[in-house]
Amino acid sequence: MVANVICPVRIAALHAPCRQGFFGIMASFFQHFINGITLGGVYALVALGYTMVYGILKFINFAHGDILMWGSYVGLFTYNAIRGSAGPGAFSIFAFFVAMLVSCVFCALLGMSVERVAYKPLRKAERLAPLLSAIGVSYFLSNAAQLLFGTQSRKMDYPFDNSPISFLSVSITPHQLMVLAVSAASMAFLIFFINKTKTGKAIRATSLDQDAAALMGINPDRIISVTFAIGSVFAAIAGMLVSLDIKIYATMGMMLGMKAFVAAVVGGIGDIAGAVLGGIMLGLLETFGIAVLHIPVGYKDSIAFVVLILILIVKPSGILGKNIREKV
Amino acid sequence: MNFVLLILIYTCLFSFMALGQNVITGYGGMLSLCQAGFYAIGSYSVAILTTKFSFGFWPALLVGVAVAVVVGILIGLPTLRLKGDYLAIATLGLGEIIRNVINNWQSLTNGPMGIQRIPMLSFFGYRINPYLNKAGFLLMLVVILTICALLVLRLSKTRIGRALEAVREDELAALSAGINSTVYKVLAFSIGAALASIGGGFYSVLTLSISPGTYTFMMSVIVLCMVVLGGMGNVLGVFLGALIIQIISYLPELLNLTNLIPPQLKEMLFGIILVVMMIFRPEGILGRSKRHKFERGGV
Repeated sequence: MVANVICPVRIAALHAPCRQGFFGIMASFFQHFINGITLGGVYALVALGYTMVYGILKFINFAHGDILMWGSYVGLFTYNAIRGSAGPGAFSIFAFFVAMLVSCVFCALLGMSVERVAYKPLRKAERLAPLLSAIGVSYFLSNAAQLLFGTQSRKMDYPFDNSPISFLSVSITPHQLMVLAVSAASMAFLIFFINKTKTGKAIRATSLDQDAAALMGINPDRIISVTFAIGSVFAAIAGMLVSLDIKIYATMGMMLGMKAFVAAVVGGIGDIAGAVLGGIMLGLLETFGIAVLHIPVGYKDSIAFVVLILILIVKPSGILGKNIREKV
Repeated sequence: MNFVLLILIYTCLFSFMALGQNVITGYGGMLSLCQAGFYAIGSYSVAILTTKFSFGFWPALLVGVAVAVVVGILIGLPTLRLKGDYLAIATLGLGEIIRNVINNWQSLTNGPMGIQRIPMLSFFGYRINPYLNKAGFLLMLVVILTICALLVLRLSKTRIGRALEAVREDELAALSAGINSTVYKVLAFSIGAALASIGGGFYSVLTLSISPGTYTFMMSVIVLCMVVLGGMGNVLGVFLGALIIQIISYLPELLNLTNLIPPQLKEMLFGIILVVMMIFRPEGILGRSKRHKFERGGV
């Protein structure tokens, strides 16, 4: 039995129907909860990248998902090169984390260069301009990957034995545990970084008021670069985590990126806690929507957008967002 | 020759979508990314009504336009209150939902298999075979496209057009001048949807078989690229943009270099075009003449 972060349905389908009574219902509830929260952790990691960039530059980095995809490819190649023919075990796990590190560095550089080339000249332009430019970058990156790496999808092997661990008839795979641990650690680090370090303080200042921050001796260009780097690192981590479960292909970042963006908007874009909350909520909604509300699996990808439209009707600024009145 | 005609036919089909995009983005200043979705609605309405319910092509096309307009209004009402980037994502989501529905509503749309054997259309009693009579098909498209273009051109000079311009330039000022911005935005969105759906309807009777794989997000991006390249808010620019993009699309085939130039290269070129145009000439090749604008701080 293989867990699937992006499609947790398989596990859910295996467990859900045969359970009865109060204990059974509780057990399947926790099963879906674990699946949902794992999926949500990945969404949250990607959503952080969107929300941080939006917080500072007030625009959607459409290419975020494609940066994630490039990171996954680079990670995959590094992982396979280091690992060679070694089977699952300590050495493979070591290789996986080295690959993750390489992927992070690569994505940080890619994110910063994208910002420098395609967004920086447009900082004072009309609102639509950077967005269109970002769509162009995204299109370029995904087609370049297709050209270089081919159209067939690739698979990354688990660095460990991924048989599920059962506890009181709720099962969790080592992969799910790793996703939970790594995403929790990354988010904790981000919250520490943003709130406790000097650079973090500068990021907050820049996102509040760029001009005032510049007057206080903060170099906004540098801070924007750092923000893109951090966001891209999170994309790289998320990419490595999902790549163990889904196949890697040139447009893998698109749907994942769009859903993560939905998560960021649902939570309140520009707000870091909001991105985490939105991501986890979306993961849970998708899992429970299919398992409990019996939404056909084919419509899974629509759930996020229906949620988006609903939340935008009810509270356009998102769950944690503040309602800011537009001023002339 | 046949190939050139085919490129021109596709240019016309994309021009319908681009014309709609021009109303939405050029006139209304809203970044919508679901022209492919409305194109799909037009295609599938024609395909389903003509094959399963033995409609003629023209009534089926009208129904398709009506469906697109209704979907446009239903989705537009909640989402068009959103600003640029939120709207882009919401409409992008809408496009994906439409494709999702087409892929999954097996009984109506035949799912991923698509619909085959769509009957050819007749134009005032003449049956137009898209395989044998490409020139006739093109001529008919050009006539209808010209009518649509003239209507769109006229639109910009009416109260609606001026209201849209006001909303685009400064929504708050427009609101304070008594313009109900939501009404005009939804109107522009539905007109754009209707135009895309007309193009989609003709696409069905051109290929005579359709499948959901055609109507991807990429298609919407290409349409956007056309409008940006030609010049937002400029009807002639839309056609120019559509023609240039179509020629780039088929350049390898035109030069007989399909072995040398992989298709991804031209797609990469589209991406570069978008970025470069935004940096160096955001108003496009034939940009709308800029009225004097007051310097505004920030973004």
